Amino acid sequence: MSNRKGPPGSQPFMKRPDNTAFKQQKLPAWTPTLKAETVLPFFFLSGVACITIGVLLIITAAGVQEMKVDYTEERDCADCYSLRLDRAKSTSDCACTVSFSLSEAFKGDVFMYYGLTNFYQNQRHYMVSRDDAQLVGRQYNLKNPSITCVPFDKYKNGTPIAPCGAIANSIFNDTLQLFYHSDKNTETPVPLLKTDITWFTDRTVKFQNPSPKDNLTAAFSGTARPFYWRKPVYQLSVEENNNGFVNEDLIVWMRQAAFPSFKKLYGRLNRTQEFNDGLPAGNYSVKISYNYPVGKFKGRKSVILSTVSWLGGQNNFLGIAYSTSGAITLVVAIILTVVHLKFRKKPLGLEEE
Amino acid sequence: MDCSLLRSLINRYCAGEENWVDSRTIYIGHREPPSGADVYIPQRYPDNRIVSSKYTFWNFVPKNMFEQFRRIANFYFLIIFLVQLIIDTPTSPVTSGLPLFFVITVTAVKQGYEDWLRHKADNALNQCPVHIIQHGKVVRKQSRKLQVGDIVLVKEDETFPCDLIFLSSSREDGTCFVTTASLDGESSHKTYYAVQDTKAFHTEQEVDMINATIECEQPQSDLYKFVGRINIHQDRDEPIARPLGSENLLLRGATLKNTEHIFAVVIYTGMETKMALNYQSKSQKRSAVEKSMNTYLIVYLCILISKAVINTVMKYVWQSDPNRDEPFYNHKTDSERQRNMILKVITDFLAFMVLFNYIIPVSMYVTVEMQKFLGSYFITWDDDMFDSELGEGALVNTSDLNEELGQIEYVFTDKTGTLTENNMEFIECCVDGHIYVPDAICNGQILTGTVGMDMIDCSPGAGGKEQEELFFRALCLCHTVQVKEEESVDGIKKGLHPCGKSSSVYISSSPDEVALVEGMKRLGFTYLRLKDNHMEILNRDDDIERFELMEVLSFDSVRRRMSVIVKSSTGEYYLFCKGADSSIFPRVIIGKVDQVRARVEHNAVEGLRTLCVAYKTLAQDEYESVCKQINTAKLALQDRDKKLAEAFDVIERDLILLGATAVEDRLQDKAADTIESLQKAGMKVWVLTGDKMETAAATCYACRLFHRNTQILELTTKRTEEQSLHDVLFDLSKTVLRHCGSLTRDTLSGLSHDVPDYGLIIDGATLSSVMKPTEEGSSGNYKEIFLEICRNCSAVLCCRMAPLQKAQIVKMIKTSKEHPITLAIGDGANDVSMILEAHVGIGIMGKEGRQAARNSDYAIPKFKHLKKMLLVHGHYYYIRISELVQYFFYKNVCFIFPQFLYQFFCGFSQQPLYDAAYLTLYNISFTSLPILLYSLIEQHVNMDILKRDPSLYRDIAKNSLLRWRIFIYWTFLGLFDAVVFFFGAYFLFDNTTFTSNGQLMTANTNMMFGNWTFGTLVFTVLVFTVTLKLALDTQYWTWINHFVIWGSLLFYVVFSLLWGGIIWYVTFLTWVILLAALMTASGSFIMWFCSSYQAILSLCSFSQKEEIVRQTTAFIKCYILK
Repeated sequence: MSNRKGPPGSQPFMKRPDNTAFKQQKLPAWTPTLKAETVLPFFFLSGVACITIGVLLIITAAGVQEMKVDYTEERDCADCYSLRLDRAKSTSDCACTVSFSLSEAFKGDVFMYYGLTNFYQNQRHYMVSRDDAQLVGRQYNLKNPSITCVPFDKYKNGTPIAPCGAIANSIFNDTLQLFYHSDKNTETPVPLLKTDITWFTDRTVKFQNPSPKDNLTAAFSGTARPFYWRKPVYQLSVEENNNGFVNEDLIVWMRQAAFPSFKKLYGRLNRTQEFNDGLPAGNYSVKISYNYPVGKFKGRKSVILSTVSWLGGQNNFLGIAYSTSGAITLVVAIILTVVHLKFRKKPLGLEEE
Repeated sequence: MDCSLLRSLINRYCAGEENWVDSRTIYIGHREPPSGADVYIPQRYPDNRIVSSKYTFWNFVPKNMFEQFRRIANFYFLIIFLVQLIIDTPTSPVTSGLPLFFVITVTAVKQGYEDWLRHKADNALNQCPVHIIQHGKVVRKQSRKLQVGDIVLVKEDETFPCDLIFLSSSREDGTCFVTTASLDGESSHKTYYAVQDTKAFHTEQEVDMINATIECEQPQSDLYKFVGRINIHQDRDEPIARPLGSENLLLRGATLKNTEHIFAVVIYTGMETKMALNYQSKSQKRSAVEKSMNTYLIVYLCILISKAVINTVMKYVWQSDPNRDEPFYNHKTDSERQRNMILKVITDFLAFMVLFNYIIPVSMYVTVEMQKFLGSYFITWDDDMFDSELGEGALVNTSDLNEELGQIEYVFTDKTGTLTENNMEFIECCVDGHIYVPDAICNGQILTGTVGMDMIDCSPGAGGKEQEELFFRALCLCHTVQVKEEESVDGIKKGLHPCGKSSSVYISSSPDEVALVEGMKRLGFTYLRLKDNHMEILNRDDDIERFELMEVLSFDSVRRRMSVIVKSSTGEYYLFCKGADSSIFPRVIIGKVDQVRARVEHNAVEGLRTLCVAYKTLAQDEYESVCKQINTAKLALQDRDKKLAEAFDVIERDLILLGATAVEDRLQDKAADTIESLQKAGMKVWVLTGDKMETAAATCYACRLFHRNTQILELTTKRTEEQSLHDVLFDLSKTVLRHCGSLTRDTLSGLSHDVPDYGLIIDGATLSSVMKPTEEGSSGNYKEIFLEICRNCSAVLCCRMAPLQKAQIVKMIKTSKEHPITLAIGDGANDVSMILEAHVGIGIMGKEGRQAARNSDYAIPKFKHLKKMLLVHGHYYYIRISELVQYFFYKNVCFIFPQFLYQFFCGFSQQPLYDAAYLTLYNISFTSLPILLYSLIEQHVNMDILKRDPSLYRDIAKNSLLRWRIFIYWTFLGLFDAVVFFFGAYFLFDNTTFTSNGQLMTANTNMMFGNWTFGTLVFTVLVFTVTLKLALDTQYWTWINHFVIWGSLLFYVVFSLLWGGIIWYVTFLTWVILLAALMTASGSFIMWFCSSYQAILSLCSFSQKEEIVRQTTAFIKCYILK
């Protein structure tokens, strides 16, 4: 009977699977087993660590100073506000001044922002209403704006708009001038730098003037300014190198904000003379050339001054988040410890491995 | 009226046609019969072209696309893609088109390649040359040009080009050897027989002279069934009719062996060959996981639609203020203003759908399929399931059911060959009450020649001696065993050894017969060979006795017996009959029935397989009438089986009882251990067998299906004869329910072992009366009561089962109201029906051929491998796929819900939060590999523990990891995480001047973050959290896990840097918020730890049982480690 099986050597062993750890699902592995002894210290440690980080963050954020002035309908700006409600008078100038005081000096780098609320820069059709190819200065696209720019691509007579699209068209065009009043009569203009307020990649890669770069008037000939603009794109700034598509105000505006309430960098403090250490405490005023209409969509406009820390601006959120979750972790850890100590003898039987 | 008339007309017409197609007439060599024969009905047959390929060059693209888009997921994404193409949607068509295109292309390339291979194989087959006989000459032809009626010449080692009727062979005796390895995997040589009247035609010319017609049935897919008739016309006489059976039919795909050449006639060609008919795939089985997956998909579809509806409504509410709808900075184009309102609403709705469509992950299907396909390799690779004796490991025929292996509630197993070895050993025989036990085997060598007899009873007298020798001769003659000489090629020359010491091997489809013949050898009577229709026996005096084999009344499972009619050298006719006791005793008229019966019953209780042997002598005229009866039956084309059975019934009567035999079928290695493990794992094991009750029950005790304290309930014909079925059923249910009612509380915890459990024994006859619908319509009741009894029995034994009844039982359990998951395991052809019926069918690569293994979903070499298959592989696959499914939904909720929230901040303008590249690649590359890898190699519990502690299997029973509760938990976890991501980033952004670290940058600047930056921030946190969540769930950290998890995070970072030009400090900052998010997310983890811990503790204080402690281990493992 045994001969029916055949001698073992005669069997084909080709089919035998390889006895490798992978194929046998026996790869060496780290199998973390969570036990009270290992989990609880981890909980305590992470709880303490979180609280520490949280406190640190709160302290850091507290060191950041910020001043926000809403000038939408502030004092004489209220007139300008109502003037801007009338579209027919959109080209008439209107200027106003708001003043505020800093009780403490703003030490270090100070940045100035303009803030807008209720402005949906993230509206989908608004978002796409730009031509990136045009903005890097390609000749063809300069004269033939993308279809995404419609209806802000061309004038009725066919002259292409540069830069085209709804975003560029609706650029924030209030001008803000900050003055420092060291006493009642002196009015020192605070020097602001309007350069280096954009992302490096933006101003060197994503935005480029068309050639010839040294003669922007020629470069932009054959195109026209956007409907709402007063000046063509090559006269946006008095500074020589801050014109055309690489104008930093334009670049800042073209980076669409994520939310309807946003603030954008307007300039940074030029730390010279008396502003060497930042902004001293005292009275300030902002002279505004009030052009931008926000009344129709119930928006607000403001000017913001702020310093920065290593973490960024004034933001307690992270600190609070860290401390809260750290506290919760600690509480849970304590509860678990109590439970564990009280009932320890029973689950001991479980550890059979 | 008209209708019924029409119907009857149609019926008549159809019936007529059926008759017509029922059989086919073939003229050998296209030679028309002499006039006067049947009316010639021209029939058209297909050519011999085999087309297994699905596509042609021209229709590949449209047909394949059609096939692929019939899948609901693909169709869904196609619709999304088309919507994106047609209307103005937030994301470009590329974002959904690219993944879809990728999936479709990969599938198409794979299918195209497979089809190309099939084309190649088809062409090779169709163009391979065959030799056919035309006008007495051998002509070469392409295989595809073969026609029905051609005579072909097949040489050794050639494959048969189509189904053939075997006419003649180069071997003298008109036989040939064939292997059907490519058909059914059996590599043994099988003998086929040429038609008696044509086997003398040996040359081409002679064969070409054959003038005959063949009538046979139309092609059927059953490989082992064939009925036909050949009419041979000689001169002007009446044609001679001969029966044709499957022993004359050579199947396409089989290979000729050990035979120089054969002649045969083509009867079935091309797609009508049995091989081609067997191509048809079985109906697809779907796993429980897949069903819940589809349910979840519907839930998500509802979520998707409601999200889109909410946003659409909100959009129009918000837009009712014209200054919001169209502020000065954002003018609409004229065409937008003029658009129809309804059209606008629909467009918006569709746009939202497109925006959120990623919540239903296209990649999930791909990943699940890849997981199943790749994962099944671990089964085939498993060294523990490799059987070195057989030289084979486990086989996976369908990878769709991997996870179902972890869900089994009922196991239906065959007995013979599954629980037992099917390796029979002759134990004893009993002649007229005297018992003979052959000598023990010495080192596997059988000591022939010496009379290994040991008379336990008294020695028989002279008359007894005669009886005894007749009994031995009967066993030597009454079988279908073939003798295979060791060197079969020249075995014919060497065959004449002086005695049976030659190393000849007995081969038979039934191992019992081999055991009997070998047992006889040890008792002194050696069956030598069948030569020229003479059976040769070497008797105790080393003399060769020759018996002419006249007729074989072959075995079938209905009659449960077989007979041979032989003519001794002295010219006497004997009929020897052997079979099951129940089928022999009623037919016996003389003999010591009571003694034999007592012995048979004694042996049956021991678990031995018993057979009874009887004989009768036939006079010459009796024999001739018998012969005639059989031949008429054999020649019948219709109902041949029935007619044969009737004829046999008449012949096998008035027998003289000789004695009985006992053969042991040993239990398979570790069968008892396996059964015990399965029961501990909460599975109910049912044994379905054709054996008689006593034998089967003994086996059940041996393999610990029944324990000593098992209370056996019998539901057998014996009992139903005494009481009505109704009463018996009610009695039993009362017994069972009374006990169980008081114990439900204990059994609920699944821990009580001391409870006396019940075992039910039911036989086939009773079962059919339980299932049979009765006139009162109370059949449903019977069935219900029966099911109720079964539910409360830990083990059920069904004996005397017909193959179809096995399937019926499986179906009954499968469709009972709990819809349990069933598994059927078996090794023989009789198990195929239940293997196909059960949710999971497992075939054992047994001795009874490969049919079960071929039809199964998984095939394993031995029963013991079932343990690892279910407890380890099944458990792992289930855990893996359920995590895969849940995690996929989770990560897509995390992914899409922030987009939904963002709509509230962007004026419901369908602005996507993420960059198009991120939208596209999130599921394809950033988060796909870790989960795929997890679902391939995760092991939450060590393999050995799973094997040692089968009760862990209960934890995953009833699809427990895909219950609604857990699904909802995952979904809410996803929502929670999404809210954390979004508002975490929002507060970071909106409230403050979030600026960069001046010191770290070259220029002391602080930039504004745009919306893409915001999206990137959310997305980064998302990718990290989702990946780390998986890392937290991973219990089995191999180097591959480390590589993939950290690697995919690194890939994301590198990609982001390259893609967005996002300066790296942005990523640094995201780390900060990431930590915050993780802390908050870990809050939920803590809550889980807390709640499950307390649940355990409350359990502990409730009861101190050790069992509970073990249960809680599992509980801890399953939940806490999560």
